[in-house]
Amino acid sequence: MSDHSDHPSYLGHHYDTVEQQFDSGKLGMWLFLATEILLFAGLFCAYAIYRKNHPEVFIYAHQFLDKNLGGINTLVLITSSFTMAMAVRMAQLGKKQATAGLLALTLLGGVGFLGIKAVEYEHKWKHGLLWGTKYRDQDAEHGTPGEHGGEHGTEGETAPGEHSLRLSLPGVEIAHAAEDAGHGAAGNEATSGEAAANGTEHAADGTEHSASGDATMSEGAAAEGAQMDASADESGEPAPIVGGEAMPHSGLAKGASQPQGMAAPAEAGEGHGTGHKPSNVHIFFGIYFLMTGLHGLHVIAGMGAISWVLIRTLRGDFSAEYSTPVDLVGLYWHLVDLVWIYLFPLLYLIH
Amino acid sequence: MTTTTYDGHAEEKNYLNAKPGIWSWLTTLDHKRIGVMYLISILFAFFLGGMLALLVRTELLTPGKTIVDADTYNQLFTLHGAIMIFLFIIPGIPAAIGNFVLPLMLGAKDVAFPRLNLLSWYLWITGAVFAIVSMVVGAVDTGWTFYTPYSTQTSTQVINMTMGVFILGFSSIFTGLNFVVTIHKLRPAGMTWWRMPLMLWGLYATAIIQVLATPVLGITLLLLVAERALGVGIFDPSLGGDPLLYQHFFWFYSHPAVYIMILPAMGVISELISVHSRKTIFGYHAIALSSVAIAAFSFIVWGHHMFTAMSPMGNMIFSALTFSVSIPSAVKTFNWLATLYRGHIRLNAPMLYALAFIFLFGIGGLTGLFLGALATDIHLHDTYFIVAHFHYVMFGGTVIAFLGGIHHWWPKMFGRMYNENLARIACLLIFLGFNFTFFTQFILGTMGMPRRYYDYIDTFATLHQFSTMGSYIMAVGFFLTAGYLIHSLVAGERAVENPWGAATLEWRTASPPIEHNFHETPDANYPYDYSVNRYNPETGNYDYIGPSRVDDHGHAVGFHGAESTT
Ligand SMILES: [Cu+2]
Repeated sequence: MSDHSDHPSYLGHHYDTVEQQFDSGKLGMWLFLATEILLFAGLFCAYAIYRKNHPEVFIYAHQFLDKNLGGINTLVLITSSFTMAMAVRMAQLGKKQATAGLLALTLLGGVGFLGIKAVEYEHKWKHGLLWGTKYRDQDAEHGTPGEHGGEHGTEGETAPGEHSLRLSLPGVEIAHAAEDAGHGAAGNEATSGEAAANGTEHAADGTEHSASGDATMSEGAAAEGAQMDASADESGEPAPIVGGEAMPHSGLAKGASQPQGMAAPAEAGEGHGTGHKPSNVHIFFGIYFLMTGLHGLHVIAGMGAISWVLIRTLRGDFSAEYSTPVDLVGLYWHLVDLVWIYLFPLLYLIH
Repeated sequence: MTTTTYDGHAEEKNYLNAKPGIWSWLTTLDHKRIGVMYLISILFAFFLGGMLALLVRTELLTPGKTIVDADTYNQLFTLHGAIMIFLFIIPGIPAAIGNFVLPLMLGAKDVAFPRLNLLSWYLWITGAVFAIVSMVVGAVDTGWTFYTPYSTQTSTQVINMTMGVFILGFSSIFTGLNFVVTIHKLRPAGMTWWRMPLMLWGLYATAIIQVLATPVLGITLLLLVAERALGVGIFDPSLGGDPLLYQHFFWFYSHPAVYIMILPAMGVISELISVHSRKTIFGYHAIALSSVAIAAFSFIVWGHHMFTAMSPMGNMIFSALTFSVSIPSAVKTFNWLATLYRGHIRLNAPMLYALAFIFLFGIGGLTGLFLGALATDIHLHDTYFIVAHFHYVMFGGTVIAFLGGIHHWWPKMFGRMYNENLARIACLLIFLGFNFTFFTQFILGTMGMPRRYYDYIDTFATLHQFSTMGSYIMAVGFFLTAGYLIHSLVAGERAVENPWGAATLEWRTASPPIEHNFHETPDANYPYDYSVNRYNPETGNYDYIGPSRVDDHGHAVGFHGAESTT
């Protein structure tokens, strides 16, 4: 035991066997992942608390997020998780070329994710859809209706499917009812303030109302062509034309003050709890940027780790006997993906 | 079997002189050297925090201004708290003493991730630099808890300080992670869970809290930085945020953190009590499991810091949970007392500190019940009663145990004996000074003196002066300690392998240990079976003679797994 001469170079002097070292590394990485989850848990708590306390803010503000880009990013990350898993397998089999190729692909996924994220951030930045003191009142924005119209078309497409994703927070349900009430009201040309008040009062009726809301939305969904335009557009600049197209589908006249139309600049006044424009919208964006920002930093860290094992792979450090670092980095990358898989519905697919 | 002492190898290199030069220290992966580097670092922080405490107490010598103005006073007590907590007490026993003894007690060659271990020391240094820079640039004045909205509105260096604490948090997480994995995966054959010394159970429970609670502090501080730097508004009511949320987040970490501070101290005390009364520990399993129970409870009591801001139902639940923490704590205390009963008590410095711990921690724990009870807490919260209670637990508990541990393991760490009589005198000075300082504060608190106040009415003057005098007595005790410990490094008597007759494994290698800890992995015996040693009057060493008892299953204790060590 005290004889170290039979220790392979990759086995630490304080370990007796390769398995012991591998098990230790694995346990250590799992513990580290637990700390990462707890780090995000703080933000998830903040999210839950503010969503419960200010459901209207979340319902209103999430519509400024681009579901298509978010969805594409989800696919990108899931794919990169797959290539990472393959890379780990190839490393275990000692296939150096395949491992390196798959790691490079994974890295590419990370680059793609960050690129798309940067596009999304740029939008928000341009329109002042930011946190706290940096938030600019959307009424003053010009590009917004276009972007929003586009978003809205998307909304029509995704809405029916969203039911499965709906959270069962009581507060959220109430807000949801309020929103749907708003929908109906818009159709009836009622003023939004009344409608929203109604919706809140009759929160218990939320389900009925949401039925009507869905009907409205499926109209939007029917307009597939408009959808395409909208989604194509959203990766770039928001174009007012698209908005113009999409908005009629959802039964929205420009300036109509139902909740989803809140971006329409004409209406919108500083309604405190009047339904069409909740106060403190910036809270959502604060949480959005904190969560996605911290996640983005983790993506960058993960990419750093992947680059490191990629270099070591190319250098020939690993073999069928020893590829622990690839395994561990793989675990980390899966966690990064997992966090996003929670962030995406919580932030983008609120209903 | 290796029962040899290495007295014959007087010239053999040890971990201190195995590699020369400062660079070999700064790049070392040896847990013992990292432990020593931690020890030096945290003692520096302790000195700094102690000086700040003396300034605070001096300012409070008279009502109104004594030496500094009110703003400076706010900065002094904030820095005292933040430095003592984040730079000294939290890393104190685990990172300094724990790093040194954990692999040795386990019979391992190192911790599981030596590089990570070194990284956590560098993170500590980085965090400390942040904290100290903030001191120079514009010291924080919010109190060590950084409560919002103070911390979002003050003009002082909150971001600098909280980033420092954030980094220190990661240092703490990595140490904890390292210890958990080491204890799970690096126990040699024969070292079963139930042969682990209670120190290791204490460190294990601590490490679990470090790993599971510290990330929440991390995100809390990140949110605070985001709040201040970017104006996110999460904690700002004018932006729709909730300032109380900060307190929930903060205490979700910081209550468990007080167990990060006290659990390893309890581990130290379990060793000292047993070794220095030369009696097997009473209730080994109960002490071990109560550490884990305390760790579990620690996560569900944070609400007791917000009794004045929660619903009555929430208050009652948190109050009841808080009381239940006292059960495992009392289990330990009674087991220590039972261990002392009819032991061969050796009244040296480690034992004196252990006895002081039981006494002071007893007071600290019992006064905690006053604060856990809703009715009395409403009266006592935010008074000096809190300050006194907190110091009885943190100083009377953790720092006293730290001092006891330092004396106990000093011969192993540096291979030198300290001056026992001076150590006894210093211990007495610290004990008396401490009680003068803080017992008066219990009285001040019940009389209504609010904590953190710069000024006070004349009625409180005498007690405040008494308290300040006590702090000066403590300071004398500490300077004396520093003096004889430093002196021992150059002129102390050389320590033998096992001067105390302890039965844990770290005493079965040279003092100081060789670089790889053991020539051969030692066979683990029950750690409190003192029949494995025999005193050798010629060398003053307790020679290892191997276990003479058989255990419940008829096996010779200590010989399990012996085959794997050859
Ligand atoms: Cu507490």
